[in-house]
Amino acid sequence: MEQNAHMDEKQPFLKVENLKVHFPTQDGLVKATDGLSYALDRGQTLGIVGESGSGKSVSSSAILGLHRGTNAKVEGRILLDGVDLLALNNAEMRKLRGKEIAMIFQDPLSAMHPYYTVGNQIAEAYRVHHKVSKKAARTRVIDMLELVGIPQPDVRFDSYPHQFSGGMRQRAMIAMALINDPSLLIADEPTTALDVTVQAQILDLLQNLQREFNTAIIIITHDLGVVAEMADEALVMYAGRAVEHGRVKEVLTHPQMPYTWGLLSSVPDITGDPNARMVPVPGNPPSLLSPPTGCAFHPRCVHRDKVPGDLCTTELPDLVPGPRGGLHLKRCHLADPESIYQNEVIPEIAPDLAEER
Amino acid sequence: MTEYDEATAAASGPSLDAVLAQAHAPAQLDPNAPPVLTVRDLEMHFPVRSTGVVRRKIGDVKAVDGISFQIPKGGSLGLVGESGCGKSTAGRAITRLYKPTGGSVEFEGRDLAKVSNRGLKPLRREVQMIFQDPYSSLNPRHTVGSIVGAPLRIHNVVPKDQTLKRVQELLEVVGLNPEHYNRYPNEFSGGQRQRIGIARALALQPKVIVADEPVSALDVSIQAQVVNLLQDLQREFDIAFLFIAHDLAVVRHFCPEVAVMYLGKIVEIADRETLYSRPNHPYTQALLSAAPDVKQAAIGGRRERIRLEGDVPSPINPPSGCHFRTRCPLAREICAKVEPPMLQIGPRHKVACHFAGELGQHPADPVTARILGVDNAGNPDPGASPVELDDQPGFSDVWFDLKARTTVKP
Repeated sequence: MEQNAHMDEKQPFLKVENLKVHFPTQDGLVKATDGLSYALDRGQTLGIVGESGSGKSVSSSAILGLHRGTNAKVEGRILLDGVDLLALNNAEMRKLRGKEIAMIFQDPLSAMHPYYTVGNQIAEAYRVHHKVSKKAARTRVIDMLELVGIPQPDVRFDSYPHQFSGGMRQRAMIAMALINDPSLLIADEPTTALDVTVQAQILDLLQNLQREFNTAIIIITHDLGVVAEMADEALVMYAGRAVEHGRVKEVLTHPQMPYTWGLLSSVPDITGDPNARMVPVPGNPPSLLSPPTGCAFHPRCVHRDKVPGDLCTTELPDLVPGPRGGLHLKRCHLADPESIYQNEVIPEIAPDLAEER
Repeated sequence: MTEYDEATAAASGPSLDAVLAQAHAPAQLDPNAPPVLTVRDLEMHFPVRSTGVVRRKIGDVKAVDGISFQIPKGGSLGLVGESGCGKSTAGRAITRLYKPTGGSVEFEGRDLAKVSNRGLKPLRREVQMIFQDPYSSLNPRHTVGSIVGAPLRIHNVVPKDQTLKRVQELLEVVGLNPEHYNRYPNEFSGGQRQRIGIARALALQPKVIVADEPVSALDVSIQAQVVNLLQDLQREFDIAFLFIAHDLAVVRHFCPEVAVMYLGKIVEIADRETLYSRPNHPYTQALLSAAPDVKQAAIGGRRERIRLEGDVPSPINPPSGCHFRTRCPLAREICAKVEPPMLQIGPRHKVACHFAGELGQHPADPVTARILGVDNAGNPDPGASPVELDDQPGFSDVWFDLKARTTVKP
């Protein structure tokens, strides 16, 4: 904690400024990420929430430099400990990738090579960045496999990915990502392919490892429950832009953007009022080729009538502090979202909470 | 049907009232509804063969190993469990995409499990399926009209010249634009494709629909749309659903009754209220506590939960006795020796566990020992008189009270 206080005075550990990732295609320019900014300190977790196609994965793979060599146009600045990652050349980036910044992919079966043993793949990640003998690497990998809770790690070292169960493969992926003690870990839907009981195990593991190594974690998910339990800050993305950003507690208990309300109301809550209704978000996610004018969410927004004129369809709202102030940012024209949320949204999705007030 | 109309939305935006009209309260249980489908000791074993020329049979994957339940008319039963527990196989065996290796599936006086393939055709009209993956379950080379119209043509439900009209009606029912019958599946989004799959299942006006993870491949904001659509259709056409899912929250919303499966067996089955607030099986308790909770944001940190160790064992060689014992925090000697019987412990509540009890109130000695005629360690007890257990697919009026350890008649 004290360390964090010192950090605040300096630059944050990771700073993303106005990040844009555009893909030129035959049909036009796809603006997968269009001006994303956030900051993250060591030991902290940022949860990025959004639907498929909202740009959450694309923006995070830009940090790792995974768009190099493709025709994607990446603009903006990504400062890691003061170094602009987008200004580095490929060789310099390769030194950081896997060492300082590591990634856990969604589908552990397709992220691992089926022809190589799990142990060898993890050892390769280690030997790229450390000049050690194969034997020393093997010892290190076995230690790591044990740390992530794989039974009989010395035997499992020589197993192939298909011999692992889904949960074990994801553990092996985590071992691979953490083998070089990265300072930034990007977890792209780390538990989506897993069952709930295994998901709980993996999330425990990530949290324990974060505590031990003081890693900064970006966790990308569509599951608000995972964000609520894992993250310190939440960032909600829609159509390539951040639409709400703040401390998790603020964003999830006092959401100020109709899309966040929609996300909260369309997921039934397992411990909530059994009579709560499920209110869907109407319509479909927007096309990124020709995004809607003004606020990208306006074709699906049910609160447009509360904004004077045709502001929503003509002008893109800025990401500005909401009425609750401070660090809770929202991108919406609604003047008083808090009272709409309390009076119109809460009674529908959580009648038990509304009565308490 | 109060379907969201895209054309008007584009002009004025969706109105709050129109969207709220689509919001649905959870489905309610009708305890007096007669069963439409009765599944009794259903078994689905797949042979495992040795490698080599002869390919001898060396074992069985017991994907479904004796499950019994009833689906009430116009109601819905949820079937939940982790991947590999056999819930999808159960659904496929009921719709006869697989031929069950044992047990019976009773539907309108006939046993679906034993009907010949030829005799099945008329019954297929009554039992339909919605598949999980809206991308692989629609033929990419067929138009939507031909996909939804196929069941109508095969079963000669409507004259040929009226097929198109009926297809358009169906598309409208599921909230798609009827003019889009000429489009191909790739022109639709995931949620719309799932609607096409639903229209196809509805085409024959079935009495039972087996929905195998109908929303898990969809984006969260779309899931609610599809669940609400299914609820509308259920109410309008009085369709009974077997709703297979791994998402406990969605199941809670859709199904008044829920069965929990683990490694080929049902471990607990109860009405929604009981299962979610007073689960008695340690696996159900672990499953419920494992789900991450949005409300936790107000408190911060992780929720206290029951942590299960390890992975689900292989169904080829399941543990002896109780299948769950290798991961169970309560497991004792008896669990390895005797398989726990399905015991009705409430008006609409059955559980299969030697130490069944609410969380934190699990009994110190097995509740089932006397019934099974064994001592507390699971060894046969010569002095005891085992009770004949009569495992019916439905619920009986008589049940076993866990606390008093006596049979109760209301």
